[in-house]
Amino acid sequence: MCLAVPAKLIEQDGHHGMVDLHGNRLPVNTMMTPDAQNGDWILIHAGFAIERLDPEEARKTWALIADVQRAAGEGEAQEHTPQQRLAAATPGELL
Amino acid sequence: MSLTQHTIDDLLQRLDVAAKTIGHDVAFMEVCGTHTTSSFRCGLPSVMPSNVRLISGPGCPVCVTSQGDIDRLIDLGLRQDVILCTYGDMLRVPGKQGTLEAARARGGRIEIVYSSMDAVKLARREAGREVVFAAVGFETTAPATAAAICEAQRLNISNFSVLASHKRIIPAMRALLADGEIPAIKGFLCPGHVSVIIGSEVYAPIVEEFGVSCVIGGFEPAQLIAALVCLTELVVENKTALVNQYPEAVHKKGNRWALALLEQIFEPGDARWRGMGTLPDSGLILRREYQRFDAALRFNLPEPQEREPKGCICGKVISGAALPVQCKLFGKSCTPISPIGPCMVSSEGTCSAWFKYGNFRQMTLPKRQEKELLEVQS
Amino acid sequence: MPASTMPARFTHVALAHGGGGQLTDVLLNQLVLPRLSNPALSQLLDSGMIPGGKLAMTIDSYVVQPLFFPGGDIGRLAVSGTVNDLAVCGAHPRALALSMILAEGLERSVLERVLDSVAATACEAGVRVITGDTKVVGHGQADGIYLTTAGIGELSDQPLPHPDRVEPGDVLIINGPIAEHGLTVMLAREMPEVQSVLRSDVAPLNGLIETLRRAVAEVVFMRDPTRGGLAGLTADLAGRTGRRINLEESRIPVKPEAKHAADMLGLDPLEIANEGKVLVVVRPGQAQAALAAMRQHPLGKDACIIGYVAPEKDGMCTLHTSIGGWRILQKPYGEQLPRIC
Repeated sequence: MCLAVPAKLIEQDGHHGMVDLHGNRLPVNTMMTPDAQNGDWILIHAGFAIERLDPEEARKTWALIADVQRAAGEGEAQEHTPQQRLAAATPGELL
Repeated sequence: MSLTQHTIDDLLQRLDVAAKTIGHDVAFMEVCGTHTTSSFRCGLPSVMPSNVRLISGPGCPVCVTSQGDIDRLIDLGLRQDVILCTYGDMLRVPGKQGTLEAARARGGRIEIVYSSMDAVKLARREAGREVVFAAVGFETTAPATAAAICEAQRLNISNFSVLASHKRIIPAMRALLADGEIPAIKGFLCPGHVSVIIGSEVYAPIVEEFGVSCVIGGFEPAQLIAALVCLTELVVENKTALVNQYPEAVHKKGNRWALALLEQIFEPGDARWRGMGTLPDSGLILRREYQRFDAALRFNLPEPQEREPKGCICGKVISGAALPVQCKLFGKSCTPISPIGPCMVSSEGTCSAWFKYGNFRQMTLPKRQEKELLEVQS
Repeated sequence: MPASTMPARFTHVALAHGGGGQLTDVLLNQLVLPRLSNPALSQLLDSGMIPGGKLAMTIDSYVVQPLFFPGGDIGRLAVSGTVNDLAVCGAHPRALALSMILAEGLERSVLERVLDSVAATACEAGVRVITGDTKVVGHGQADGIYLTTAGIGELSDQPLPHPDRVEPGDVLIINGPIAEHGLTVMLAREMPEVQSVLRSDVAPLNGLIETLRRAVAEVVFMRDPTRGGLAGLTADLAGRTGRRINLEESRIPVKPEAKHAADMLGLDPLEIANEGKVLVVVRPGQAQAALAAMRQHPLGKDACIIGYVAPEKDGMCTLHTSIGGWRILQKPYGEQLPRIC
């Protein structure tokens, strides 16, 4: 039961936030992420923001995973984080 | 080939190497229905090394909800004075009076909601009727229920209540490890989004006391495989550890605001699990000061009568003691179209995933040249 | 594992019986076919062939809510759906009949907009509405407007597309990205608070299909992946032909806004309805010609090859996933529900 998707916070008014999920804007309740700022990636579950995503941490994990096997290509590896992939994707890229 | 594909190929290769080094069968358990679904949806079982097994544990909230609790929910859904709000997945779970879907076809007012707050909004609009929210789910989902109760209290909405059967994952993991019937597992693939709420360090005592690894994983195929690589390599190194492979979302202490919300509304209490019986402290019970939102009290519902559908081994499937194909009903009288047990109903359920996405170890895979055929055409 | 043959006794009709999935099959197999079966109906194609003639006929009802949604409305849907059902069976749509069931109290302006849309879409498809019917039911007995369109089409002299003609090696082509209609309507209905750039793909496809059929000698099979989505269609085709059908996940076009909306709702884009898509099966030697022809048409500019028919005789549809694994595709159960779990 733990479907949650990352989305970008674009507006906030009290606990009422608006996130953008690749062209889908939906209202979310942000009472569990009071420290989230506009522009942050947050994890959405059942209409609630349940956590602010830390892109730096994501980069570190993914770099670590990829680096062990491949000495080369750290730069590439960094682009593997889901958040970055989502952030970078334009309609053409994912098609 | 995309960059991600390179990562995935690398990870799968590492998994293979580690599995070969181990040389004997090794089993891990995931305790999150979304991990089950993600894994089957990306075809992971078909590319796993043959000696590594990922068992689905009690991670699907629909599946672990006891039959008695489901029967009570459907009874409520049939009442003319009640609007029952539920997440989409509960709609087709069979009870002794049929499913919520059948209750709706017979005139019961069943509303599918995306968020618990939608149920509160509905209660405001329909002041003349009782609105009951079917609150299922683990710690990821329970804070949303808590928030809805807070909101109903703040707005002084008296026709809103919840029928709560929220569950806590740690007591279930402990119960599994303490049970001798469960196959020996070397580690847990811990649920990423439950861990967002409860934090990573709550798994430390499990690692210490039971000598199994706990690796918290995300849900993208690469994240899933990375967590499996980690679990397998720990076995190679003959180590047990707690590893957080989802640190962008999961922190040591979890989400303190969500935990505070849970703490305010609920307290740990006994809960009934399908196939596992009543486990102490494995549920979330409404605190005394919020009991006026308890639908069971408001409607004076009788104690649930526990029973298991005849021949159904969902209880064993949930605890990892049996595979879906070991059930006599699987794929015969129990299919997604006419499910008997909840593991077939929920799209997160182990049986449903096996039925829907197939067990590729038992089927012949396309030959290489046919794949090339496609390459030539494009 | 033909799930559709599983017995599922029901005492009351549920929404999912109309979902175009396995439960619809149950309703047809248990109630309709035993009573009405004949050689034309039993084919269960999108259109029925009128015995002895060169004519095909089809009918469809439209009860979509909301009546207007991004990219379309019930009027455009009613014309496109029926035109497409004729076209995929190899018939040139010649005439439509339109039946309206209106709810008492419906605003005149709403009806005007719907009829304007019917007229515009019929013009786009080059087909006329030559007869019709209007009924009004009491307030609360219907939800705004229900439309039913029937269509007559003329069969061409080319061999007709039919599942029986599918052979190993045949190639599957889709004319563009999937899942947009179903997601758009679901968001508009269930989550009106969501603002999405998603638009329904609803469109009459007879022009595109005409272009295709002029370019290739033989179209083996065609069908529009409406309710049940691409998965429902290919699983059904595999079952009917008794052949294995393999799809390549990485080749199936899905726009990011559709993929992410589906993720949010817990749905699989492969199972979501389309109203402006057609799955085309051609012989391998004609795949390039078919692709080139389709890409010339505005509704086929994103056409691509997504899979092929394999020699295995197990009637299964398999998906080669993005991580290089395999899974089975099956016809969805019925009604698509947003879920959080």
